Amino acid sequence: MSIPEHVLVVGASAAGLTTAEALRRKGFGGRLTLLGAEDAAPYDRPPLSKQVLSGAWEPTRAQLRTADALDALDAEFLLGDPAVALDAGRRSVRTAFGAAVTADAVVVATGLRPRELPGQDGLRGVHVVRTVADALALRSDLLGAGRVVVVGDGVLGAETAATARSMGPAVYLVGPQPAPMTGQLGPLAAGHLADLHRRNGVALRTGVLLDALLSRDGAVTGVRLSDGEELPADVVVAAVGCSPATDWLADSGLVLDDGVVCDARCRAAEGVWAVGDVARWHHRGLGRLLRLENRTNATEQALAVAGDIMGEDRPYVPVPYFWTDQYDVKVQVFGLLSAESRAEVVAGDPAEGRFVVRHEGPRGPVGVLGWRMPKQTRLHRASIVDHYTRPLENAAP
Amino acid sequence: MKITVDEEKCCGAGQCVLIAPEVFDQRDEDGIVVLLDAEPAAEHHGLVRESASVCPAAAIHLDEA
Ligand SMILES: Cc1cc2nc3c(=O)[nH]c(=O)nc-3n(C[C@H](O)[C@H](O)[C@H](O)COP(=O)(O)OP(=O)(O)OC[C@H]3O[C@@H](n4cnc5c(N)ncnc54)[C@H](O)[C@@H]3O)c2cc1C
Ligand code: SF4
Repeated sequence: MSIPEHVLVVGASAAGLTTAEALRRKGFGGRLTLLGAEDAAPYDRPPLSKQVLSGAWEPTRAQLRTADALDALDAEFLLGDPAVALDAGRRSVRTAFGAAVTADAVVVATGLRPRELPGQDGLRGVHVVRTVADALALRSDLLGAGRVVVVGDGVLGAETAATARSMGPAVYLVGPQPAPMTGQLGPLAAGHLADLHRRNGVALRTGVLLDALLSRDGAVTGVRLSDGEELPADVVVAAVGCSPATDWLADSGLVLDDGVVCDARCRAAEGVWAVGDVARWHHRGLGRLLRLENRTNATEQALAVAGDIMGEDRPYVPVPYFWTDQYDVKVQVFGLLSAESRAEVVAGDPAEGRFVVRHEGPRGPVGVLGWRMPKQTRLHRASIVDHYTRPLENAAP
Repeated sequence: MKITVDEEKCCGAGQCVLIAPEVFDQRDEDGIVVLLDAEPAAEHHGLVRESASVCPAAAIHLDEA
């Protein structure tokens, strides 16, 4: 395949912008167009549930690049106009305002859309957290709130509960797992996280689902849980996961199955790539399809996609990584942990509130988790690289 | 090339250290980036640009003048 003359990136956030930058850095001199649904200049999402929500940062601080750096990219930005259809064969995209853009290469970088709670639509006081507007709307409601219920015990729910608590109100964190983030951290660290939340005054409700939102006169008044308990609330946060933003691709001819399905080089079709939270690609080291919802993947996969567009022709085989900041604790996870893997403390001491845990699977170490020990955690990452990058032997094709 | 880092934005991911260990390190206690060489030799420039681009906090700024 020859190097394209015009690259169109749909989705102008972490993954899309980094793809564009990496293309230029790798010497792409052709035409570059970025199409984005949001009006704002590209910004970063991790600070939204942390510094932007707490008010420690002005929202502009979360911008990914300065205006000068965006200018230097020599790209055409079409912002505030979402793509509504792709013809993958012709590599042509249509927008909500009726523009049509045809390119030699199309990169899908449209990320995720938060799931809503049943009955949430139109109800005052119920919030999701995905965009800067979401974060600011939640912040303004939290400032006057007495009681907050966060529904969802994954990373976003746990982080939002921590930040909300630091702003004053009483906070409940509700979810189906035995402890928040058990699926992502494993039982040992998740137990420490539960303690951390309790010590900071968050009330946990574990092993329960939301049964219904309670409301009066169009405003939320609380929640009822699956065990029958009712919790009053002025503010409810829906942190029950996200779905890939692929509705606009329904008639594109691309394979959609929990994301845009791609090969090992993140190609979804001839001349079409997917990158970031929306991409479900074949991870050669693991021998299966994988979709990651984390910040580091957005940039690393962007480099891989830009490289492939420029003809580097290498599979994308990253070691997954994410971090979360809650209260004064930074948790970092390299690899994919599971409840079945055996966890062993390899540095520090949980009793002292700083430690590194290694998770062992049947074929050797699969993950490293650090609790307030960033440097040591990174050093232990070396022990799991093989698991993700060495080709699978005897694996089914 | 002149490098500056924004310690307040840095989230201690250490991606920069993985890519360019001769230019970046991390503090022991909190993982925040430590700039070992603010004006690295030309042979490191490629990896430094990659670090800046991969940094998940957009905390590494390059002045290429
Ligand atoms: C509140 C919050 C906190 C987070 N904290 C962490 C963290 O601590 N650590 C971590 O590793 N990760 C974190 N993440 C995850 C991380 O931010 C994401 O992995 C990252 O943003 C993915 O980037 P992306 O570019 O793939 O997708 P997105 O950032 O979702 O960007 C997709 C863009 O595409 C646009 N778009 C969607 N549909 C269309 C369309 N039809 N046409 C045009 N444009 C469209 C969207 O408006 C959006 O701007 C957090 C996420 C959130 C929301
Ligand atoms: S990659 Fe960025 S966020 Fe990570 S340690 Fe380096 S400067 Fe900090």
